[in-house]
Amino acid sequence: MIARILATAKTEIHIARRNRWVLIAVLLMVVFSLVLSAAGSAPTGALGADRLSVLVASLTSLSVYLVPLVALLMSFDAVAGEVERGTLPLLLTYPVARWEILAGKLVAHTTILIVAICAGYGAAAAVAIVADPTAVSGLIALWRLTWTSVLLGATFLGIGYALSSLAGRVSGAAGLAIGLWLGLVVLYDLGLLAAVVADNGGRFTTTVFPAALLANPADAFRLFNLTASQATVAASGVGGAANAIAPWQSLLSIMVWPLIAIGVAAVAFRRVEP
Amino acid sequence: MTSTLTISHLTKAFGGVKALSDVSLSVAPGERVALLGHNGAGKSTLMKVILGLIAADGGEISVCGAAPGNAQARAHVAYLPENAAFHSALTGLEQITYYMRLRNEDISGALPLLDRVGLAHAANRRIGTYSKGMRQRVGLAQALIGHPSLLVLDEPTSGLDPVSRRDFYELLDGLAADGAAILLSSHALTEVEARTDRLLILSGGRLVAKGTLPELRREAALPVSMQIHAHETHEAEIMAALPAAVRMNNAIHLTCGQDEKLTTLAQISALQGKVADLDVIPPSLEDIYSHFSRRDGQ
Repeated sequence: MIARILATAKTEIHIARRNRWVLIAVLLMVVFSLVLSAAGSAPTGALGADRLSVLVASLTSLSVYLVPLVALLMSFDAVAGEVERGTLPLLLTYPVARWEILAGKLVAHTTILIVAICAGYGAAAAVAIVADPTAVSGLIALWRLTWTSVLLGATFLGIGYALSSLAGRVSGAAGLAIGLWLGLVVLYDLGLLAAVVADNGGRFTTTVFPAALLANPADAFRLFNLTASQATVAASGVGGAANAIAPWQSLLSIMVWPLIAIGVAAVAFRRVEP
Repeated sequence: MTSTLTISHLTKAFGGVKALSDVSLSVAPGERVALLGHNGAGKSTLMKVILGLIAADGGEISVCGAAPGNAQARAHVAYLPENAAFHSALTGLEQITYYMRLRNEDISGALPLLDRVGLAHAANRRIGTYSKGMRQRVGLAQALIGHPSLLVLDEPTSGLDPVSRRDFYELLDGLAADGAAILLSSHALTEVEARTDRLLILSGGRLVAKGTLPELRREAALPVSMQIHAHETHEAEIMAALPAAVRMNNAIHLTCGQDEKLTTLAQISALQGKVADLDVIPPSLEDIYSHFSRRDGQ
């Protein structure tokens, strides 16, 4: 079982390397992290926090967009691509379970995400620590951001596989992935903010709003990192609502979402008829 | 010896349209069976049911003693799809290595395997740069991994040149001699005529004929045609002696039923001295195939 999962993972890494996905993911993360690290260096003194903690707050806002995007870009092709190329029927005649194929892809894509995240955050942290040696006190926050980013990525990889299985065609899967990214990461927050403003401190703001934030993996990720690192001061908008939600709740959401997404993906893939 | 593949009364419909109805067949170890049929006759559907890729609506199937598609069956069955496709970013060697790992085989055999299908020189090139024939060979190589008890080959020689085809059938002969059961579909009728033990003809989802070529020939009872070349001056006499004969392209043509063959030949040999040459043309596989396929109203 493990051997078959690793065999698939190895093959997927070969493919991702040839298709430049590894390079693209790493470059995206490194470039954006470095830009943020340079742009975010100004307000350090005013906030009284160390430079790295402030950077983590900026990186959280960046990752909430970028990590899901990279994960969806890597995963939307996973099943639909095999169907469209005509490689799936042959693969399914091999003595390998469907979930093992999916697990192999997940291992490969998660590995690439880990490499990209570590390279991006690492580069930004190195710059921050070189500029301000006291910033090492922010390493705990950075570590927390790193592993939660990986979990966020895994969630969106699972969502990408599920969409890929449901769409059946690569073009359809790509459209669904982009739509879902826009919906969950961009429009969801805008909608919630608009509702909060309209509600003006009523029942929606106190009960529905916190639950709605926890229900979205991207918001839970942002909440957890901002509350845990006590960098809420540096955050605005949705992050400002973080005080109402206990960290264990957002942590639970971050931990459970990958399982749900991958479970849904496995069920969706089982229903694909080659 | 028990059969490697046994199918009885298999039925499969897609949204009310019957793709396969009441199909029964078996393939024994070491036997090479050809599956013939028009496009849409149900060949690929039958193969996919055997492989467990799609479920049957009714009937019983046993693949190496197991249900189609379960882990035990898949461990013993190799498949070569029509137009074998692979990820274009992988090299031939990486692709075969992957398949060997999935079958739990020693991956040091990957290069020798590619060599066996004549691809060793391109092993480290991306499959995206391969020709159709080369991709088909990758497909063949993966079907040879391990020692499959049953090979299901969907138009395996399409895209191969004549020399490669001959090499391919030699490989199959070797596999069959080692006890593998082989079920292959083909459009190249003359090719399977010489290279398989038994023929199955599928038409409109029904198995309309099965047997060895001589058996099918007998069953079809198609007329034998004869072509007689006359010595120049004797043509009219021959025509007179054989009332059923017609003249065509400087030769005399004659057809007769299988049971009249000897009588007709006796008549012709009575014309010794007047006949310059005689060719007896048995019905070709194409004729027999058309006979069975058409009988079903196609």
